[in-house]
Amino acid sequence: MLNRKHLSIPYALFLLSFVVTPLVLIIVYSITTPDWNLTINNYKTVFTSDNVNTLFTSLFIAIITTIVCLLIGYPLAYLLADRQVNKSKVFVYFFVMPMWINFVLRSNATKELLDLFNINASNTTGMYICVFIAMVYDYLPFVILPLYSTMLKLDKTVIEAARDLGAKPSTVFVKTIIPLTMPGIISASTMVFMPTMCSYVITDVFSNQKLQIMGNLINQYFNAAQWNYGSAASIVLLVILFIIMRVTSNHKEVDESVGGRVW
Amino acid sequence: MVKKILGKFYIYFILLLMYLPILVLIFFSFQEIVTIRFDAISTPSFKLYVDLFDFSLRQTNEIWIAVLHTIEIALAAAGVSTIIGTLGAIGIFYSRKRVRNVLNSISNISIVNAEIVTALSLRILYSFLDVKLSFFTLLIGHVVLTIPFVVLNVMPKLQQMDANEYEAALDLGATPTKALYKVVLPEIFPGIISGFLLSVTLSLDDYIITAYTSDTTFDTLSTYVYKSMVKKSVPLQFRSLTTIIFVSILIGVVIYSIVHKRKDKKERFKLENSR
Repeated sequence: MLNRKHLSIPYALFLLSFVVTPLVLIIVYSITTPDWNLTINNYKTVFTSDNVNTLFTSLFIAIITTIVCLLIGYPLAYLLADRQVNKSKVFVYFFVMPMWINFVLRSNATKELLDLFNINASNTTGMYICVFIAMVYDYLPFVILPLYSTMLKLDKTVIEAARDLGAKPSTVFVKTIIPLTMPGIISASTMVFMPTMCSYVITDVFSNQKLQIMGNLINQYFNAAQWNYGSAASIVLLVILFIIMRVTSNHKEVDESVGGRVW
Repeated sequence: MVKKILGKFYIYFILLLMYLPILVLIFFSFQEIVTIRFDAISTPSFKLYVDLFDFSLRQTNEIWIAVLHTIEIALAAAGVSTIIGTLGAIGIFYSRKRVRNVLNSISNISIVNAEIVTALSLRILYSFLDVKLSFFTLLIGHVVLTIPFVVLNVMPKLQQMDANEYEAALDLGATPTKALYKVVLPEIFPGIISGFLLSVTLSLDDYIITAYTSDTTFDTLSTYVYKSMVKKSVPLQFRSLTTIIFVSILIGVVIYSIVHKRKDKKERFKLENSR
């Protein structure tokens, strides 16, 4: 007789073979030499000063991109959820639609636009501007949906109560609107922060391969078939992301709709 | 009133900014110039569209092969993910709490894991097992990427389902397989569909996993565009291709919004009549 429980066996086997085993492998690779001797040299290599710079550059780029996306996306989501300004739910799809165009093809369009306005990576400032514009263009659609869905749930009576009790508009914003929308802010931030640390396509193309982030570093080791260094760098990246997630998920109400990325 | 106007202004301003690159590309898709420049604008031409379908050109061939590969892998990966993922969700739902927690946390790992780490770890597995990169290795990569999202979409539908319906079907003499097929499946069908569509979207958009797990001679749209951007020999047909993709998506969204509105109206009508 068919037992319903057993239906998950193919899924469990798949996860075991292609999620758990690869992760165990990179942990093992990160602490061994190519001849399978134990070593910590892989981590020493990952923490040489050049690579530490790369790490800080990625954090810097990820933080700024996240902040800029939130600064643009937060008021936008607020206005889209405000029935006085926008009544159509479908209109919101126009802000998410760019996600459905292939991401590299979209980057190509951004590149052509920057070329048209003569913004290029010929000097350091130009390089950073190019990379930031490209990152924001790519990840802005991802912040709008989670922010919009928390804004919809926003309890308007609480805001009115704050106003009636004499709070200034700025106080209302800081003390009620921001805390109430915190779950949306956090899930929107993780959706931008995590991929920007690794998105080496953008840094490669928009900085003429001059700017390095963690993604580039891992990719370099990958291209040189230095699996052990690559594994160590991956583990470092994972640990950093894990710490950041731990700190932010103290707000436990983080939107459970990770799967609602697109829908 | 002022707030309303300012709000609308902001919304449309951001919308314009977001679409500026695509709009510029669409404009210049009707020009023949190699480098996009305002002072080089001449009379509109359809050359780039003719080129996009002129298969005697090497780049046109390469582009369409890449597009075909992208669609193939997206449908294959979404299909596999949907089948294994749906079965997995049903199995997890009826499992003991311990098993459920273990499987759910492993699914979560692959969702929150940085894509480049997933890609590298899979590639290391392949090199460890001495597997030759092929369509199959790429397929596994995309299934790893998309499968947890299928489970995530199906699970809520299982939780919303009335458990008694399945029991009732059994009491009325249905075999468990039949009850699953006739009772559970229709209930969770919307979740399966959205899981499938989300998988297609994620797969179409993916670059890193494709670059790491596919054979270098096998290009999808992502890897092909990336390679030509790095080589700085971007085929001009990308402009017409982007335009065509954009317009198709736009048509899709507009159709969806019309259907959506009609559905909304119907539901409101039903609601009013039932009163």
